[in-house]
Amino acid sequence: MPETPLVISGLTKSFGALKAVDNVSLDVRDREIHAIIGPNGAGKSSLVNLISGLIVPDAGAVAFFGRDITRLPAPDRARLGLNRTFQISNLIANRSVVENVMLAVQSHAGSSFRFIRPFATDKRLRETALHHLGRVGLAERSGVVVAALSHGERRQLELAVALAMAPKVLLLDEPMAGLGPEDSAQVIELLATLREELGILLIEHDMDAVFALADRISVLVYGAVLTTDTPDEVRRSPAVREAYLGEEA
Amino acid sequence: MRDLLDDHWQTLLALVLLAGFALSEAAGGGSFYISLSTRVAILAIAGIGLNIALGYGGMVSFGHAAFFGLGGYAAGVAVHHAFEGSNFLDGPIAVSGSGELLTGLVAAGVTGLAAALFIGVFSLRTSGIYFIMITLAFAQMLYYFAISFPTYGGEDGLPLYSRATLLGLDLSGDMTYFTVCYLVLVTAVILSALITGSRFGAVLNGLRENETRMIAIGFHPFRYRLTAFMVSAAMTAVAGALYVHLDGFVSPSNMSWHRSGDLIVIVILGGVARTPGPIFGAAALIAMETVLGDFTERWQFFLGLVLLGIVLFARGGLSGLLDRAAAALGLGPLGKQPDSEKDRARDRRQPGEVRDA
Repeated sequence: MPETPLVISGLTKSFGALKAVDNVSLDVRDREIHAIIGPNGAGKSSLVNLISGLIVPDAGAVAFFGRDITRLPAPDRARLGLNRTFQISNLIANRSVVENVMLAVQSHAGSSFRFIRPFATDKRLRETALHHLGRVGLAERSGVVVAALSHGERRQLELAVALAMAPKVLLLDEPMAGLGPEDSAQVIELLATLREELGILLIEHDMDAVFALADRISVLVYGAVLTTDTPDEVRRSPAVREAYLGEEA
Repeated sequence: MRDLLDDHWQTLLALVLLAGFALSEAAGGGSFYISLSTRVAILAIAGIGLNIALGYGGMVSFGHAAFFGLGGYAAGVAVHHAFEGSNFLDGPIAVSGSGELLTGLVAAGVTGLAAALFIGVFSLRTSGIYFIMITLAFAQMLYYFAISFPTYGGEDGLPLYSRATLLGLDLSGDMTYFTVCYLVLVTAVILSALITGSRFGAVLNGLRENETRMIAIGFHPFRYRLTAFMVSAAMTAVAGALYVHLDGFVSPSNMSWHRSGDLIVIVILGGVARTPGPIFGAAALIAMETVLGDFTERWQFFLGLVLLGIVLFARGGLSGLLDRAAAALGLGPLGKQPDSEKDRARDRRQPGEVRDA
């Protein structure tokens, strides 16, 4: 039996007195979308930061295709194919759209200790980067400097950069945050396609998107997992309604 | 190639002006302008080195005088032993002195690399104000070591009785030595432009702009920063070697924090993260020192005013002002918006503590 792509167990992280992530265990299987929902401050972004290695857990473990990566530095996790997007677009502002993707292509498939040949005109990097930009529908904007992009375009670029790392598991931190309905629909379509290739951990506030896409949903409240189940079961669960959807059970 | 010219018209302009300034006097047989130009060329090389760390890499080193000074000692000590006929190292592997400039420059470069490797391994664990303080502390340690180490003159410095030769070529003529320094400057300019435009340069820029993003796409910041810091130090050390031969004197004061300050001033005056910046910066510094220094010993007061003006009103330094002038004159592509202007629109946010290395 092939190893489960991503298994996290007992992950815990406190910031001072606040338990941001409290003994969280969950997994992402191959070709599934595992969505995480929860009210603001439930620790969703902290969880992504822990899994991607940007912050170090107090306790717990992260395994990637059976390999313990709890102590592996973030850049190495990214190179293994555990890739993420950021809730707040996090890009190289003084570079063009395509160059942002080219950096990821370079990291994934090229050497960065090259000092002479120009980066900007590197055909191999550029062609691969344009391919990924095409997937997210940003190819026509490839030459624009990131600082001049709209919010929605930055969200798309976040995705293209992650895709350029040839991910095996994607951690998406609110990819649709702040998008209009048209752009959201486009992202939903893309995620549905990506599901055919890899596992996705999707953090999202847009409930329509979550219930349309997710194979399983975990509900995070005060840093702890309330329940993990299919969308239908989660929708029916009285505890979830009370804790999160804010309705009387 | 066209792109290269578009981007580097200022560099060409600076190099042409510098050569013209030196040549304007060569015909008349004087040497004052030539020696000024040589000083500008050498300080520009040091500034170009620092700019790789400070400008392109965002590593504000307040200790680059250490590399400038060490380069000077490396070159000076080589010539000193050659003159004395003594050995630098005795024992099973004897290393004699050398009156060859290339040997001195290589020795300086290697010394710079080694020192930057050591200093960088410690200081690059920090950033911001701590990085500034640690680089300053290392440089001051080396400065006090040089002062108290008697073999090479200690506090008095080490006078050199002959300038090195270049593959047998006598360099004692002012114009000859200027030409050599000028060629090294051109090499440094080209190297700097290539490196900052390369894949490595793209990573370095990314790290300065947004470290978290670069970590998230698989880059270990430390490796790239350390490499850039070493390249930067080596260039500055080579400049230090050239400086020693210009003066005929190895002075420990080249390692003091004043010198580090000068180098930072050169980079900021000229334009941070701009290839031609340090040439303009060095020229401006030397010009002010020479012209204002004639009127008052307190010329640095006016340097301070100019710096204030640049920092408050012209962030791009002299290079930025030239960009604007070119744009105002309608010179089209020449008025290209510099990186440093685009930088204003940056949007950086750091989630939580960033784990490194």
